[in-house]
Amino acid sequence: MTTSLLHTPLYEWHVAHGARLVDFAGWAMPVQYGSVVEEHRATRRHAGLFDVSHMGRLRFEGPGAAALLDGVVTRRVADQRPGQVRYALLANEGGGVLDDVLVYHLVNGAGGSYYVMVVNAANREKVVRWLEPHVLRRRDVQMLDVSEAWAMLAVQGPRACELVQPLLPELELARLRYYRASETLLDLGGQRAAGVVSRTGYTGEDGCELMLGPSAAVRAWDLLVAAGAVPAGLGARDTLRLEAGMPLYGHELSEEWDPFQAGLDFAVDLEGREFVGRAALVARRGDMSLPRRVGLVLTGRRAARQGDTVCEGGLRVGEVTSGSFSPTLERPIAMAYVESRVAAEGTALEVDVRGRREPAVVARLPFYRREEPGRTM
Amino acid sequence: MRPEELLFTRTHEWVCFERAADGSQIATMGITAFALEALTDLTYLELAAPGTQVTAGQPCGEIESVKAVSDLYSPVTGEVIEANLAARDKLELLNQDPYGSGWLLKIRTQEGAARVELLDYAAYQRQCAEEPH
Repeated sequence: MTTSLLHTPLYEWHVAHGARLVDFAGWAMPVQYGSVVEEHRATRRHAGLFDVSHMGRLRFEGPGAAALLDGVVTRRVADQRPGQVRYALLANEGGGVLDDVLVYHLVNGAGGSYYVMVVNAANREKVVRWLEPHVLRRRDVQMLDVSEAWAMLAVQGPRACELVQPLLPELELARLRYYRASETLLDLGGQRAAGVVSRTGYTGEDGCELMLGPSAAVRAWDLLVAAGAVPAGLGARDTLRLEAGMPLYGHELSEEWDPFQAGLDFAVDLEGREFVGRAALVARRGDMSLPRRVGLVLTGRRAARQGDTVCEGGLRVGEVTSGSFSPTLERPIAMAYVESRVAAEGTALEVDVRGRREPAVVARLPFYRREEPGRTM
Repeated sequence: MRPEELLFTRTHEWVCFERAADGSQIATMGITAFALEALTDLTYLELAAPGTQVTAGQPCGEIESVKAVSDLYSPVTGEVIEANLAARDKLELLNQDPYGSGWLLKIRTQEGAARVELLDYAAYQRQCAEEPH
């Protein structure tokens, strides 16, 4: 591990607790503390605690913030009410995906409205560079990269909200609906700190995410661990999101593919608004000559991995973008881009796994859906 | 078997040799506790079938975990005479007893047949200490 990597405020905790650290987008991040499968199962059955401070956090202030954002993301955000969070995409002029993001509309203590865009760590610099000219063209909005000033924790699982609630004296989490967020005061064992809590996540479980200052993040982490939340690394985060059918930039999302190919139509509003990439997306929508994202369940034991070739009757029809053994399904699952003619659920395909064809069936996404109602992305 | 009595490859297999009645040697191999700890969460093990001719330094199976897949490399050139199907079907055996009931293959080899470079336990431990874990 070179010293040039960025450290989250929890870096010392990770090291002290035996985490296996990897370079993730320039950050030294824990991939696992012990067993990926145990961290995965703890999240599905109880509550997993994730340091996601490496995610990029961009803050937009000024009267033009909503108009700026509405002109750069694929989903309408101009009508987003304070307290709402929306999943959206940034597209290039050709309709390819630059990043997938969450847009938060928040209100500060003085009643002032502002926005936060959470972007992928690997895309942060690219997105900031790409947004800068859009920001500079206006005089009524300011963009601040607060990624390194704030930390971010995700608490995910059926018991997540119950464990976080004691830290939130002024907010009843049960009343904060899915994809809602609020600034709130945190009570960290007598110490008070400001933060933002949102009912969001990347695991397919109920739960929340906290944005807060570095020392508050360390205190909150300690309190949540003491309360029984199970620290979980990026390894479990990856298998959890894969089971939940959630795309990961650099795997299922890239500038090569558009949001429709990725099956993210819900995150694109083409009507009655202008945004970067709109013309290309209008043209690409419904183009069935383009490959589609699908889920695959493999019938053998060997897991398909990113880059493996997908075949039908010996002919190449696509490529695997993510694959792993699924701890919940206890069999290998994958996501892939395949020709649309073989993208229908139930289609029998094969994946070339290290030189040997393994049978696979196109499966409905997500592979895993938690039982509680009311979940939308 | 105590690890101090075994020999080790640079690719984290262990091996021990016994002389058979016909004068050939039987190499029993497995993978080391160090490699198993690095892999964690084993999901799949594939072993060359008895009768397969294997070559020193070439794959003789594969071992897969949630995060990654690795080849197993044969320490010797020879013929597989037995594969540990109990370990294949119960992967916990590898972690529970990597140098005993978690053995993987028995390979019949001849005096003078090719072998990869083999380290004693102390040298292998030095190699592990230098590797990022």
